[in-house]
Parts: sequence; C-alpha cells; structure tokens
Amino acid sequence: MADPMRIRAQAAGDKATVRVLMAHEMESGQRKDAAGKTIPAWYINEVSAALNGKVVLTAEWGPSVSKNPFLQFVIKGAKAGDKVQVSWTDNKGDKRSDEATVS
Amino acid sequence: MKHWSWVAALALLPGLACAQKTAADSIAEYRALLADGNPAELFEAKGEDLWKAKRGPKNASLERCDLGQGAGVVKGAFVRLPRWFADTQRVQDLESRLLTCMSTLQGLDAEAIAKTPFGKGEQANMEALVAWISAESRGQRMQLPQVHAAEQRMYELGKRAFFFRGGPMDFSCASCHGEDGKRIRLQDLPNLTKNPGDGVGFAAWPAYRVSSGELWGMQRRLNDCYRQQRFPYPGYASEVTIALAVYMGVNAKGAESIAPAIKR
Amino acid sequence: MNKRFVWAAVAALALGAAGCASLPGQPTPAELDAQALAMLKASFRDEGIATTKRLEQDLGQQACSAESAPPEGVAKRVEAEALASIKWPAGGQYLGDWREGEKLAQNGRGMTWTDKSAAPAANGANCYNCHQISKEEVSFGTIGPSLYNYGKIRGVKDPADPASAAIVQYTWGKLWNSKAYNACSNMPRFGHAGLLNEEQLRHVMALILDPRSPVNQ
Repeated sequence: MADPMRIRAQAAGDKATVRVLMAHEMESGQRKDAAGKTIPAWYINEVSAALNGKVVLTAEWGPSVSKNPFLQFVIKGAKAGDKVQVSWTDNKGDKRSDEATVS
Repeated sequence: MKHWSWVAALALLPGLACAQKTAADSIAEYRALLADGNPAELFEAKGEDLWKAKRGPKNASLERCDLGQGAGVVKGAFVRLPRWFADTQRVQDLESRLLTCMSTLQGLDAEAIAKTPFGKGEQANMEALVAWISAESRGQRMQLPQVHAAEQRMYELGKRAFFFRGGPMDFSCASCHGEDGKRIRLQDLPNLTKNPGDGVGFAAWPAYRVSSGELWGMQRRLNDCYRQQRFPYPGYASEVTIALAVYMGVNAKGAESIAPAIKR
Repeated sequence: MNKRFVWAAVAALALGAAGCASLPGQPTPAELDAQALAMLKASFRDEGIATTKRLEQDLGQQACSAESAPPEGVAKRVEAEALASIKWPAGGQYLGDWREGEKLAQNGRGMTWTDKSAAPAANGANCYNCHQISKEEVSFGTIGPSLYNYGKIRGVKDPADPASAAIVQYTWGKLWNSKAYNACSNMPRFGHAGLLNEEQLRHVMALILDPRSPVNQ
C-alpha cells in the first residue's frame, strides 16, 4: 500500500483551491539500474477527484510525470466543510484514495 | 501540476541562448515553480508518525528522545544542533542523536543503521524523521551552543576539516565554499565560512532534491560533497561530519532555517 | 609522488593561528591540528578507487590547508618543486584537436568513489565547472577566471611561432601543475596528479590556444 497523499483544500469566494501531493516512484521505464538493467515502468495512469462523492476531475497520466507528483486544481461551488476525495490508480493496479475537508 | 513545471522550465530553455543573467533568472523562475508543493511534506508526515510509533525490540516510540531541549521536546531542537550531550559524552548532530535514541529507547542496532545505505531500511526512516524534526523548527534562527569546551573544540576541528586539501584534485570544502558569489556551472555556492544568509547553505538542509526525488539529510549532503571532492568515504555520523556541521552551523548563527527546503 | 603524513610539519604550519590564546586546559592550536588529522584518519574509509591514501598530504596540500596563506618561504618552495615536476610534451607537440578539447572541457566525471577506473581515459577535464570558455556554453562556473578568447587576448596568432612559445609553455605548465605559478591555486594538477594524459592535455590546450577554436573567434 502506497503512502498517503497530502491534500489541502481552501475555500475563497465561490471556489476552493485544492493542492495534492502524491507519494509515488513514477518510474518512466526508460531508466537503467546500476547493473544496466532497465527498471520497469511504474507510474500513476489514472487520477480522479470528487466533491462530496461527485466526480469533478479525471485525468490520464503517463510516465512523463515526476516522482512524488504535485497537483493543483480549482473546484467551483465548493465551500468550507465540503469533502474532497482524490484517488489514483497506477499501471500495476495499485490504488490509493484520500479525503480532506475544505477549510 | 508537477509536470507542467517541467514543461514551463523547458519552454524557458530557448532563453538560455541570451545573456547569462537570463539563464540565472530562468533557473530562479524554475525554482519558484517548484517551491509550491514541496514533496518534503510527504516525508514530514511519515516522520511524525514514526516518532510516535512503537517500534524495535523494545516496542517503544521516540517520544522520550532528548534532542537537547529535554525529553520529547522537538520544537526548537533542530536549530540548536549539533550540541554537547552529557549522557553520551559527545557532541552530536541530529542524525547521530537519533541513532542514540533509536538504540537506547527502541533497542534498534545503531551500528547496523549507520552501515545501511542511504534511502534503504532504517535510513529511509531516518530521512523522514529529520524532515519532520527540522520542519518543527522552520522559521527559527540558527543558534548552536558554543558553551561547552567540547563544542568549542569541535568548531575548531570542523574549521580544520573544512580547509583540509587532499585527494587527486587537491579539493577542500573551501575550494567551493570559501568565497562569496562563486558558482559551479550555474549552481550558486554559498560561502560557508560565514553566515551566507537566511535559508541558504546549512540553514536549507535537510532538503528534497527534485532531480533525484530524494530527501537528503545533512549526513547525505556531506557524504555527496566528499564524493565530489574525490575524497574517501566518510563514515555515517563520523566525527568529521559532526565537526563540519558545528563549524557551518555556528558560522550561520542568526540565519533563518527553512529546512526541509526544495532543491533542483 | 613524494607523499608524507608529517605531523611535525603540519604543526609548524599552524603559525597562522597565532594570537588566539588558549584557555588553561584547552588544546593549543598545534594540538588541535594534530587532533583534526587524527579525526580525519578515524572518520574515513576506503570505497572503490577512493582509498584513505588520499588523505596523505604532500607539501603543497599541507601548506594550503588553512584559512590564511602559507608563509612566503613555504609558498616559494611549493612553487619551485611544482615547476621542477612539470613534464613537457613529447616532441614539443603542445596542441591537439580543439573539438576533442571541448568534449573534455564539458566532461566533469572521474576519480570519485562511484567511478570504476582511475585511468585518465575515464576522466573528463572538468573545465566548465569553474571557467567560462566558449561563448556558446552559458552553463559555466566562476571559481576560476574566464578563459574566453584566451589565446586571442594573449596575441597567439600561430601557436607554433617562437613568439608564442612563452605563453604556450606557461599554459601547458599551468595545466600540468597549477602550483608552479601559484602555490595555493584552486586548480587541480591535471598532469602531475595523473588526471589527464598528454594527449588529453594537448586537446585542452588546443581548445584555448588554437586560433581556429571557437574560443578565440
């Protein structure tokens, strides 16, 4: 099981800015180890975000995204107390979901 | 989005063909883009959990660990290290002190941890611990004690180590860090013989390195300095690493600590 | 190479630290010098090609291991010994191919404990790490002076012309053993320390002295 994400969601006016840090190796499949063997690709390929259970964002990622990715987006109509859920799936089928409350 | 910063950085590359000021500006801009969402936070969160987790043969947490401000006091400890500890009769930096606590409180094998490669096993836990403990003093100013005779002696030994030239390239720490306004390629080099400023040099480590996606504590930072100096291998938490930390830390008196910082 | 670990000599070099009286029971500067050497010996271990032999200093390294410059007499001796150590190129052939020189100048690899071989063939010349050289390369360091237009500024129109001999020989000497002209130069002793071989040095020479090199346009 992967390490938890860090999610911060702050409301300002009629929208909330969500900032997410994900813990993931994000191996591109292009790198070689010390012995010259290719390190197999291992990266997040699907990201989704939901506001109080309703999906507001989906993204397809690939091997070009950095290790420990940082994602920032804005949700219209979100207010303090609402719940933001962020989920990802990687190419090995590993999954992670975390939730934060809008402040 | 992280990979957008890369795209933005790449877009800035054509600008490199202009004056070198532009190149430096582009790099500054790239670093500013990185500063939002420092992955060091992931390590900090893990470190806080580790501090409180019952682990090791004694199934105990680190919450009674004395980092110099009393048992369990974490806030403010980082900016006062390395310092003299009566129980070990040694001047210790954060990492050598954590080794002491891990062995006395938790029953873990300090010698085995010191021999473990960086980023593996308990060393990976060490990275998280130093990220959190340094973050607890973020914004405070460096104020290493120089009261005990052993602390003063370590400053003097650290100074000598800093200027010691050796190896096939005749390098010392001072070759790169002995003057103001120098660079290796485009990497600015802080002058560590004095206070180089807030959040620069000693006051910026531990740090997350974007290029390798790793969290480096001061031990690893110094280890890589010595690798580039073409020196032999400094032992983890060896006296020379602690003496150098005393020298740099005392010189940085009054500098604001921004650790864990983010580096290219 | 005449390497030694002479403690007494090191203590003698600590004269620069005079003027700070030590408290009773506190170690003297000379005692601290000895303790620092013992600390270094105890702290490092061999790793790959980087063995603890690298901590054994020769006179030039010892003399330049303090905040202050060595006494003039010591500096003069270091410079004289370095000058005498320079090996001049076979057949008076000082210049090679500037294109190869540029490749070497760009390459900062070699001699660390992660490098497999200590042979010159495995090493770069590290030039751009510290010097500006060509105008095209904006990623250059500033520890050493700019070498842009090095030959042009010094009036080298034909490196083979006897009129250029003095500057050509000085440049070779500086690359072979920088201490010949400045006891505590920051520059590695590329020939003396076996970092680069004669052929590689000739290429680096061409990069900064060949009138056809972009450096001299």
